[in-house]
Amino acid sequence: MSFTQQELADPDLSGSEPDAGPPRTGFFRATGRATGRRRTSRGWKFWVGLAVCVFFAVVAIVAPFLVPNPNQSSPVGLQPPSAAHWFGTTNIGQDVFGQVVAGTSGSVVIGVVAGAITVVLSMIFGVGGAFLGGFWDNASSLVSNVFLVIPGLPLLIIVTDYVESRDIVVIAVVIALVSWAGAARVLRAQTLSVRSRDYVDAARVASESNWRIMLREILPNLMPIIASQFVFGALGAILAEAGLSFLGLGAPGGKSWGSILFFAQNAQAITLGAWWWFVPPGLCIAILGAALGLINFSIDERINPRLRTAAIAKRSRSSRPKGAAA
Amino acid sequence: MSEPLLRIRDLTVDYATDRPVRAVDGVSLDIHPGEIVGLAGESGCGKSTLAYTITRLLQAPAEISGGSIEWRREDGGTTDILGLGGRELRAFRWQEISMVFQGAMNALNPVHRIGPQIEDVFLDHRAGLNKAERRERAAELLRTVGIPVDRLRSYPHELSGGMRQRVMIAMALALRPRLIIMDEPTTALDVVVQRNILEEIDRLRSEFGFAVLFITHDLGLLLEISDRVGVMLSGRLVEENTPHALLDGAGHDYTRHLLSSFPSLRGDTPITGTRYVDRGPATPREEARA
Amino acid sequence: MRYYLNKLGFYLIAAWIAITLNFLLPRLVKGSPVDVILAKTQGVAPMPPEARHALELQFGVSHDPLIVQYGQYLHNIFTGNFGLSVSYYPTPAIEVVMQALPWTLCLVGLATVISYVIGIVFGSWLGWRRGTWTDGILPASTFFSAIPYFWLALVLVYVFGSILHWFPVSGGYDLNITPGFTPEFIGSVLLYGILPAITIILASVSGQLLGTRNMMVSTMAEDYVVTARAKGLRPTRVFGSYAMRNALLPSVAGFAMSLGFIVNGSVVTESVFGYPGVGFTLLTAVQNNDYPLMQALFLIITLAVLGANLVVDLVYGFIDPRTRLAN
Repeated sequence: MSFTQQELADPDLSGSEPDAGPPRTGFFRATGRATGRRRTSRGWKFWVGLAVCVFFAVVAIVAPFLVPNPNQSSPVGLQPPSAAHWFGTTNIGQDVFGQVVAGTSGSVVIGVVAGAITVVLSMIFGVGGAFLGGFWDNASSLVSNVFLVIPGLPLLIIVTDYVESRDIVVIAVVIALVSWAGAARVLRAQTLSVRSRDYVDAARVASESNWRIMLREILPNLMPIIASQFVFGALGAILAEAGLSFLGLGAPGGKSWGSILFFAQNAQAITLGAWWWFVPPGLCIAILGAALGLINFSIDERINPRLRTAAIAKRSRSSRPKGAAA
Repeated sequence: MSEPLLRIRDLTVDYATDRPVRAVDGVSLDIHPGEIVGLAGESGCGKSTLAYTITRLLQAPAEISGGSIEWRREDGGTTDILGLGGRELRAFRWQEISMVFQGAMNALNPVHRIGPQIEDVFLDHRAGLNKAERRERAAELLRTVGIPVDRLRSYPHELSGGMRQRVMIAMALALRPRLIIMDEPTTALDVVVQRNILEEIDRLRSEFGFAVLFITHDLGLLLEISDRVGVMLSGRLVEENTPHALLDGAGHDYTRHLLSSFPSLRGDTPITGTRYVDRGPATPREEARA
Repeated sequence: MRYYLNKLGFYLIAAWIAITLNFLLPRLVKGSPVDVILAKTQGVAPMPPEARHALELQFGVSHDPLIVQYGQYLHNIFTGNFGLSVSYYPTPAIEVVMQALPWTLCLVGLATVISYVIGIVFGSWLGWRRGTWTDGILPASTFFSAIPYFWLALVLVYVFGSILHWFPVSGGYDLNITPGFTPEFIGSVLLYGILPAITIILASVSGQLLGTRNMMVSTMAEDYVVTARAKGLRPTRVFGSYAMRNALLPSVAGFAMSLGFIVNGSVVTESVFGYPGVGFTLLTAVQNNDYPLMQALFLIITLAVLGANLVVDLVYGFIDPRTRLAN
């Protein structure tokens, strides 16, 4: 699941650098334009993705008020969807809709917290290492590459089991600790490319201090990629947490979509044909994941203009264009 | 003067983006056998678009809105380049008109050796040759541009910029085309290498007799090597004449502006730094052409 | 040459770190594994010291200084001695791992290859045909690449297992058949492997597809592709030798990450299907607090992944001549 393949390539090996667009200096000006929408027709991916994410975030916040008692059991177990229970009930009569809504907060929190930690860690190792260069770059690069190749989920399972605490924040931290390496590598590649550009040299010549160069010249140009990695991190974390909960290693109490699936699996929901129990949580994960993916896609198109799907070609279908040839 | 090899008439190319851009605006130009025609203009004036249109390399959102491009074949007949398609177009390309691109850094396939890249035109255009013959022709081409033959086995990244450009020229000569379009072939090179390449092109032109459409922003360079020079501005061809005539007294404002922006060796011409404002087709000289 | 040595060195270091991590983690976080087992399984009466000592001996717990333990651990690793498995007592942990490994290798190996091939071929084609109707596939693909493996597995189990009864939903083979190289057994293995394989393929092909398509689109705008078209070369040659050959390089370079995703996914998929591979075994080990087995599994999985990555990196050095640039 890698949308920015060209950035994953080792910068020491590939011929072309990732295209980061025109240089932007000035921190505040850049953050305002980080997602840069110029033509709404082409920005639909971003807005759709954002709308879905905002929707889930709102649900996550409002959930405790909306469904105060998601674990409330009732005598009518395993009922298909009806007017009373929109998503049916679990085997002990809990309202599945309520569960899914309540589960939103767990999944969203995990996504945000783990995404944030992932970005911070990857910035330290990726941007920091690349900027300082030399020994620090080699060391950070080595560490991130090692963490990259060590398989994530087995490591995650083992560490989670050893750590024992099942607090949602702790799990988010552990997930971030296991998955920061990919983001670090992307950031390192981009920092190396930005660092070698002329405006950074110009700043150096003007004797700006390292910190100022970092803040004013380099970071603003990394904003889109950092945003993209945050989205990636959140997405990965949501999936990882769902996987962990499903395996029974997540936060207890059914506070996330993954744990709903865990209970469903345990109660033989599939063999009993209770599709309404496991379809909604999985769909939510997929939809939120797809929304995050769309956002990333649009950031990708922003960074690399060649990727924009040529919707323009459709306009001139009426007059047979003589220009295009294979 | 003999019949023109390439006859461009009223060519118009638009980019059908959200706000359409007219990249080439009613350009008419003739190229005669064996002559060097220079095309000058600043970035974005449409010269590269024109070049790509001649060989039909444009892609969406570019589209040809009008005009014609005619090619005079060796048997005397004409080919309508804009009407070619599919296999005919592929056969036409490189055989009749070839190209040398700007910045050969990236114009050569980085994962293949030089030899196969020169030989593949023989594979697809000259089915009758066997492997040894193809190899020999490729070697001969390298010799022609003064590169050691063992370089056939090198990868592009193992060659210097100047060598890569020579390889591009060798490749362009492979099928003995009668017109070679060169789009900023020396821009990315240092002046000494630039001089060498230009001399090379001139020598090859004398030897093989092909015509050249030389595109660059460097007007001074064109005045030195071209038989005729055209100046483009905002998609229009605003001036076209021999270098002598241009230096004596150019017709269009813009050409005069370009010519006057050369700093004088004696230091007596101030650099004014005025911006040229394009007021559209106005001079009688241009309107007479239509 | 330097490139190859670099890669080899890197993977040796990574392997060493993984081994050391495997050693340190339980000791850092948990203290003695015996304590943990005792804490979880303890009855009312405290365990007599002799019994505790016996357990310690069995699990290789020693009270020597850490560095000595490390030495013992390294020695044990290289002799394949991971102790005895708790959940499969008294089978040595390494044997349990070796039994499960072929299942995963075949399943994951085959599924990876298939999803790669489909993703690359289809993705390249999408990139080549960019700007036409084929771009409509992209949003659907994005959606698919976000689907969690196990949910997909559940859906497949539900549809094909419970409703349609086309495929078996649990296990690696029909337990009524004795294992062996008989067509019956092999047929059974294949049958049981279909659903898990489809799960893995479906979940990972979209990501590969999107990545390849993007790379293809990028590559087609490169100068050497324009040159190839200008040379009047036949389309298959432009597509193959010029475009695809270059567009695929990052896919190979990014293999590490792709493989990571697939390994993750297969752990969960095996769990859903009860498929007797290393992923499933890891989970049962965790559930049973079987530390020797957990350690053995983690190490073998990690070393296998590192090995695969090393091979792919070496291959990359072969297909991209620019790596032979003397730095």
